[in-house]
Amino acid sequence: MAKYDEPLLIEIEGEESIIPEGVERKSLNIPNLSEREVMKHFLHLSQMNYGVDTGFYPLGSCTMKYNMKLLERVARYEKALYTHPLQHEKSVQGSMEIMYHLERLLCEITGMDAFTLQPCAGAHGEFTGMLIARAYFESIGEGETRREVIVPDSAHGTNPASARMAGFEVVEIPSKEGRVDMDALRHVLSERTAAFMLTNPNTLGIFEREILEISREVKKVGALLYYDGANLNAIMGKTKPGIMGFDIVHVNLHKTFGTPHGGGGPGSGPVGVKRHLEKFLPVPRIEKKDGEYHFNYDLPHSIGKVSEFYGNFAVLLKAYAYILKKGKELERVTERAVLNANYLMKKLREAGYNVPHPGRRMHEFVISLSDIKEKGLRAMDVAKRLLDYGFHPPTVYFPLIVDEAFMVEPTEDETRESMDAFVDAMKKIREEDVEIVKNAPHTMPVARVNEAKAVKEPILTWKDIVVE
Amino acid sequence: MLDYLGIKSVDELFDEIPSEAKSSLNLPGPMDDMEVEARIKKILDKNISFFDMPSFLPIIKAHYIPPVVDEIVSRQEFYTSYTPYQPEASQGILQAMFEYQSVIAELTGMDVANVSMYDSATALGEAALMAHRINRKKKIVIPRNIFWHKKSVLANYVKGAGMEIVEVDYGEDGRMLLDFDGQDVAAIYVENPNFFGLIDKRYGEIEEMKERMDAMLIAGIDPLSLSIFNPPSHYGADIVIGDGYLGNPMNFGGPLLGIFACRREFVRQMPGKIVGATVDSNGKRAFCMTLQTREQHIRRGRATSNICSNQALCCIAFLAYVAAMGSNGLRKVALKNMENARYMAEGMKKIGFDMPFDGEFFNEFVVSAPKNLEEINDKLLSQGIQMGLPINEFVENGILMGVTEMHTKEMMDGALEKIRHLMEGEE
Repeated sequence: MAKYDEPLLIEIEGEESIIPEGVERKSLNIPNLSEREVMKHFLHLSQMNYGVDTGFYPLGSCTMKYNMKLLERVARYEKALYTHPLQHEKSVQGSMEIMYHLERLLCEITGMDAFTLQPCAGAHGEFTGMLIARAYFESIGEGETRREVIVPDSAHGTNPASARMAGFEVVEIPSKEGRVDMDALRHVLSERTAAFMLTNPNTLGIFEREILEISREVKKVGALLYYDGANLNAIMGKTKPGIMGFDIVHVNLHKTFGTPHGGGGPGSGPVGVKRHLEKFLPVPRIEKKDGEYHFNYDLPHSIGKVSEFYGNFAVLLKAYAYILKKGKELERVTERAVLNANYLMKKLREAGYNVPHPGRRMHEFVISLSDIKEKGLRAMDVAKRLLDYGFHPPTVYFPLIVDEAFMVEPTEDETRESMDAFVDAMKKIREEDVEIVKNAPHTMPVARVNEAKAVKEPILTWKDIVVE
Repeated sequence: MLDYLGIKSVDELFDEIPSEAKSSLNLPGPMDDMEVEARIKKILDKNISFFDMPSFLPIIKAHYIPPVVDEIVSRQEFYTSYTPYQPEASQGILQAMFEYQSVIAELTGMDVANVSMYDSATALGEAALMAHRINRKKKIVIPRNIFWHKKSVLANYVKGAGMEIVEVDYGEDGRMLLDFDGQDVAAIYVENPNFFGLIDKRYGEIEEMKERMDAMLIAGIDPLSLSIFNPPSHYGADIVIGDGYLGNPMNFGGPLLGIFACRREFVRQMPGKIVGATVDSNGKRAFCMTLQTREQHIRRGRATSNICSNQALCCIAFLAYVAAMGSNGLRKVALKNMENARYMAEGMKKIGFDMPFDGEFFNEFVVSAPKNLEEINDKLLSQGIQMGLPINEFVENGILMGVTEMHTKEMMDGALEKIRHLMEGEE
């Protein structure tokens, strides 16, 4: 990566600000720069940023697969970019057809009966799913009693946050040997339970092999089983949430279906349901009649809308291109992702790294770096040192149930060579002088960033820095 | 790799899946890039874009995007990266996010902004919840004339907290009545320009309304209009939301960018990601995400919001647009929007449309048609004109029109001519 002392936009010298006739607001402190200055500024910034194309990006739970350039190409068609969401249906049949097909494809991949594409991100999908659960219980007169949503302690933070936003109380259950503790689950399941939220494989990368028993127990008390699709990359073509007994599913198109993460977004979190929940899906639903597509808003049981229009259409289009391109080879995607994860895990185990819980993993695994604490090091120190070796570090300190966690997800796109190089770096870091690791990184555009200071003395805009 | 793992086939890696749960995929075979492109192009060709057919639809509108914006957001370092949890390897996007926050703060007059909500509708939902967290009150007051999609999203967002939505009517001038009084009001939501496109300059009265109910004020804004009109800090806004469409194409309604800004004293109750400036271990300026204890990955069920993935790249596009235009360029475009909207409105008046509301408007306005609207809209569509949004529930035969710098005089004259023909019954 390049290093620049890149000034803030406001610090770059530009032209005078002019106030034309008819302007009420007198001051607007935004610089007037030439295009040349603007391009240089942002090019410099981009050169101080690590992307998937830059190198190995094994961020666990984030599925940082390569983003095929084909997806960017199709998303730039003028007929996709310049259509208005409220245009007459007859003039947007193309966009509607893509959405309609994508819903069908997601049904096939997940084993669900119906999908909405409206949620803009995974957490937004969870929230939508929880609203659907709530509407369902209200419709059968159990809205008052079904107040609880159960999540495992290994769950993504979004699960409890989404459930709570939809008005549920969250009950967390402990894991046992890296899996759902069946006794703990049975203990908390009751007529107060609205849903059990689960990701399978879970955040340790371990498949919940008692899933059918879990499903039976959840249904026995009349509750719903919710699938967090963050880890769908591990099971395509092998099993489906619908077959495992899940009633509601969200998928992350920006993980499993290869759309770029955009530095944090936009993503997309479509939600699929089984037939008995279909009538609660957000409006509008896309329907096909006599070869034409229509938006149906006239659905009295629907929860209404969860975002302004139909979701992140550009992301939907990219995911559609991804699925068309891979087709039934999606199963190979999963196989390769799981093979890579197991290979990399074994290599790291042999290199002396501790992977809690024996046995196989699916698409990701978690190592514990707790033994380096005696050297005065933390997992974050190793993460920072990995940057010097040219790797983006894995997810650090998650899941919370593993001490000094490193959550590693190589995805299907990495070669054996790049994984071996990562293992070599991990081995070297073990042998390195403690001070070198502790003070890493040494080669990045900046040295270790003082995050505590950023919290203690928040400087949140350039007004807080630049004295006018 | 199979040998290394001591397995004979890749299937063994999946032997923990119970046999009753095993399945296969019924999908067509893989395609190459050329085939995928051809397939998608063929489908999308069924769309009619803004360039094929002038559109006067409001809310999200076509705006010009300078080429330099496309170039910037096409940098893989930006668009393929994840949320910048490792600041040392993410200084570029972090600085850009900090600059985006700065630009939003400048435009809105607020002290801080986050790095986006999904759109203005979810931003409104989050703003209502934030007000509720701050003052524990239960009601959110909104204008009756609000886009119904937005109202539906708001209802879903506040349901879990048990908040109640109260609608306030508008007067003959199309502006929200400000004499409303009520108890237990967490926040009042005002839009400026409002849903009818009208600019509201009753600054003192708006602030008075907020103080009367001891509520928070949420302002819904149009970012371009703020380059020429006073920011909502002028009339007591505590939280500001809006759609950050600048630099971002319409894309059939998504991704959008939910602007979210507030006063400094409330920052710890804010949802979403926030970037701060700090130093590295050598004392050099550096940037990182900050105040993260508000967020779900740390606070879990107690977080200020469940949001994780946001619309970050749309923030970069917005920032790149603002940087490319500068304050002078923004003002020029804003004035051009007003000028064009006026031209179209005058033109419609001349051919028999009424304007039910007086007063200043930005780039959207309401007209009422002298005869049945659906008939006119359908006929115009067949002649290649997409009219505005019918708003019969507010104004009989009412249409909400949107006009921007993209609407050339020729385009508007051509459309007006076709509308006139239809009105006069000459087809």
